[in-house]
Amino acid sequence: MYKYIKQSISLLAVFTVLFAFANEAMAAKKSKTLKNTQKKGWVRCGVSQGLPGFSNADASGNWTGVDVDVCRAVAAAVLGDANKVKFTPLSAKERFTALTSGEIDILSRNTTWTLSRDADIGLTFVGVNFYDGQGFMVRKNSGIKSTNDFKSGLSACVNIGTTTELNMRDFFTSKGISYEPVVFEKADEVVAAYDSGRCDTYTTDKSGLAAQRTKMQNPDDHIVLPETISKEPLGPVVRQGDSVWEDIVRWSLNVMIEAEEYGIDSQNASAMKTSENPQIKRLVGAEGELGAALGLDNDWSYNIITQVGNYGESYKRNIADTGILPDRGPNNLWTKGGILYVAPAR
Amino acid sequence: MNLISTFNKSIGNFFSSRPKFRYYLPQILTALGIVFIFAYFAYNAQVNMENRGIDFGLRFLGEEASFDIQFSLIEYSGASSYAKAYLVGLLNTILVACIGIFFATILGVIIGISRLSSNYLIAKVAEWYIEIFRNIPLLLQLFFWYFAALRALPLPKEAINFFDVAYLSVKGLYVPKFIWTNFSVFLYSIIAVIVAVVFIFKYAKKQQEQTGKQIPVFSISTSLIVLFPLLTFLIGGVSLTFEYPELKQLSQTIFNYIGGVAIIPELMALAAALSLYTATFIAECVRAGITGVGKGQKEAAASIGLTPGQILRLVVMPQALRIIIPPTTNQYLNLTKNSSLAAAIAYPDIVLVFAGTAMMQTGRAIEIVSITMLTYLSLSIVISIFMNWYNKKIAIKEK
Repeated sequence: MYKYIKQSISLLAVFTVLFAFANEAMAAKKSKTLKNTQKKGWVRCGVSQGLPGFSNADASGNWTGVDVDVCRAVAAAVLGDANKVKFTPLSAKERFTALTSGEIDILSRNTTWTLSRDADIGLTFVGVNFYDGQGFMVRKNSGIKSTNDFKSGLSACVNIGTTTELNMRDFFTSKGISYEPVVFEKADEVVAAYDSGRCDTYTTDKSGLAAQRTKMQNPDDHIVLPETISKEPLGPVVRQGDSVWEDIVRWSLNVMIEAEEYGIDSQNASAMKTSENPQIKRLVGAEGELGAALGLDNDWSYNIITQVGNYGESYKRNIADTGILPDRGPNNLWTKGGILYVAPAR
Repeated sequence: MNLISTFNKSIGNFFSSRPKFRYYLPQILTALGIVFIFAYFAYNAQVNMENRGIDFGLRFLGEEASFDIQFSLIEYSGASSYAKAYLVGLLNTILVACIGIFFATILGVIIGISRLSSNYLIAKVAEWYIEIFRNIPLLLQLFFWYFAALRALPLPKEAINFFDVAYLSVKGLYVPKFIWTNFSVFLYSIIAVIVAVVFIFKYAKKQQEQTGKQIPVFSISTSLIVLFPLLTFLIGGVSLTFEYPELKQLSQTIFNYIGGVAIIPELMALAAALSLYTATFIAECVRAGITGVGKGQKEAAASIGLTPGQILRLVVMPQALRIIIPPTTNQYLNLTKNSSLAAAIAYPDIVLVFAGTAMMQTGRAIEIVSITMLTYLSLSIVISIFMNWYNKKIAIKEK
C-alpha cells in the first residue's frame, strides 16, 4: 500500500519540479536580451550553413564573413571582445523560428528585409549590411545571354524558404513563361542538382550566385545573367519587443559604416582619439556619451572599430579579396557612388 | 521515528480500508498531470506568442500562396490559396506512399519467399539484399538514388527513347497524356466488371464446396476484364487519343520535352528508395510468417495431393498472413512517415510545400506544424484501420 502513496508522492514531486523550471523560464523571459547576453558572456548569433563571403566556417570552425562581422561587432560593443560569439548555423527554413523562440539573439544570415517579415512574424529588421538583388546563373554553352532568351519549359533550381521562390514566380508569370521550380532544402543540393543538369538555371541573390559559382566543378562554364529581378536588402534581424537590443545591433552596424565614412579603421583608431574632428572623436569614444545612451561602456564603438574594423575593411576581407564580388557596386559609401548612407552616430 | 511510523501506519490503514480509492488515486493523479502539462504548454505558447507580437489563427489558409509547385496532381498555380497548396502537398505525399507501399509489398513478398528457397543462389542473393538495404540509413539511400540517377541519366536531347512514345532523361520520364472522351462510361464499365468478377468468384467457391467441380475463374475473369471495357470503345462512344511529349529547343544547348505527362526524377528516386528500403523489412515479416506455419501442415497438404503452388496458396499463405499482417502494418506506417524525407531531394510533398515554403512565407510555424502533424497522424490512423480490418477478416473465425 505504501507503494501507491510513494507513487503519488513521486508524481507530485515530478510536477513540482516541472513547474519550478517553468516559472524560472518565465522570469528569465521578462529580462532584456542585453542582460542575458552580459550574464552569459557571449552573443548568440544565427548564421548560414555556409555561404562564402557572408558566413562561412573554415576547417577549424572559425566563422568569417560580412554577416559574421555584424555579430562580432555587437559582441565587441556589449562584451568588449569580438570573439565572444556563439554561432548557430541555420537553414533558411529554421532561421526565423530560431530567433522568435529565443535560441539566438541576432539573426545575421543574408536575410531579405520585406514588409511581411518585418510586420508578421515577431521580427524586427535593424538595417542593411548588403544590398543585393536576385539573378540567374546558366551554363555558358547554353547560348543564353540575358533573361530575354528564356523560353517556356525551363527548369529552375532554387532554395526553399526564401524570397527567391516568390520573386521567381513574379518574374516568370509577368513574362508569361511557364517553368518548373525544383525546390531544395539545402544550398549544397541545389548546386549539385543544377551542376548535374537537372535544372537549366539556378536562381538566388547575385552575391550568392557569385559565391556558389566558386564551388562548381568548373566555375568558368557558368555565367550570371546581367539582369537583376528584385531588390534584396540583406540585414540583421532581432526579436520584436526589445528596443534596447534592437538599437544596439542597429548602431553597431551603423558605426562600422560611419567609421569608414570618416576614414577610421582598425589600424588608425587609437591615433584618431586625438583627432580635431569632434565626430571622429565621438566615434572612437574620446568625446560624448554615446555608449551610455545605449546602456553600454563609452568605448563600445572603439572596440568595434579596432576589433572588427570598419565596413570597408570587412567587405574587402570577406567579399572582395576572396574574389566573390571585387566591385562594391551599390555597397559603397554614398560619397563614393554607392547607396550606403546611415544616420549619424551622435 | 516512532511518530513517523505511526503516521505511516495510519495512512496505510486509511488506504488499505479503501481499496477502490487506492486503485483510482494514482490513475486520477496521472491523468490530471498529463492535462496540466498540456495546458501549461498551450498557455506558455500563448503567452510567448503574445509577448512577441505573433497572433494565432488559420485565416492565412485562404490567402494567395504566390509560389509555384513543380509537380501537382490537381490544378494549381501561384494564384491559388495556401489551402490548395496544402492539398497539393498532401496528394503528393499520398501518391508516393501508395506507390511505395505497392512496390515494397510485391518486392518484399518475392524476396521473403526467395530467402526460404531451397536454391542456394536465390536464397543467398535475397539474404544479401536484405542485409545491405536495411542497414544503410534511408536518407543516404535517397541521396544515392537521386544523385546517381541524375548523373547517369542523359540530357533531354539524348534521352533514352522507348518506341517513340516515352522518353527518359535527367528531367524525368515523359509519357503520353491520355485524352479521353466519355471517360465516365469507361469507368462505369470497369466498376461493373469488378462487381461481376466478385460474384463469379463467390459462385465458383460455392460450386466447388457443394459439387467439387472447379470452374476456371481466372481465365473467365481475365477475359471479362479485358473485353468488356474494350466494348465501350465500339458501342459506348468512348475514345482515347494521346498527347505525345515533343522535344523542343529552348536555347543553343537546352532542350526539354513539352506536353505529355512528366514523371519527375524526384518522385522516381523517392519511390525507389522507399520501396527498396521497406521491402527488406516486409521480406523478413513474410519469412517469419511462412516459417511460423507448422511443418505438419505442409506435409498434410502434400499428402492429399496438392501441388507445391496450391500448398503455398491454399494452406501456407492463409495461415502465414495472420502472422505477417500486424508487423507489415508497421512497415506501411513507417514508409508513409519516411516519405517526409522527400524534402531533401525536392519532391514537393506536404513537408516541403506546406511545412516548408508555406511556413516560411507566412511565418505561422505553430499552426502549420500542428496541421502537418495532424495530417500524418490521420494518414497513419487510416492505414492502421484498414490493416486491422483486413487482419480481422483473415483471422481464424471460431465457430
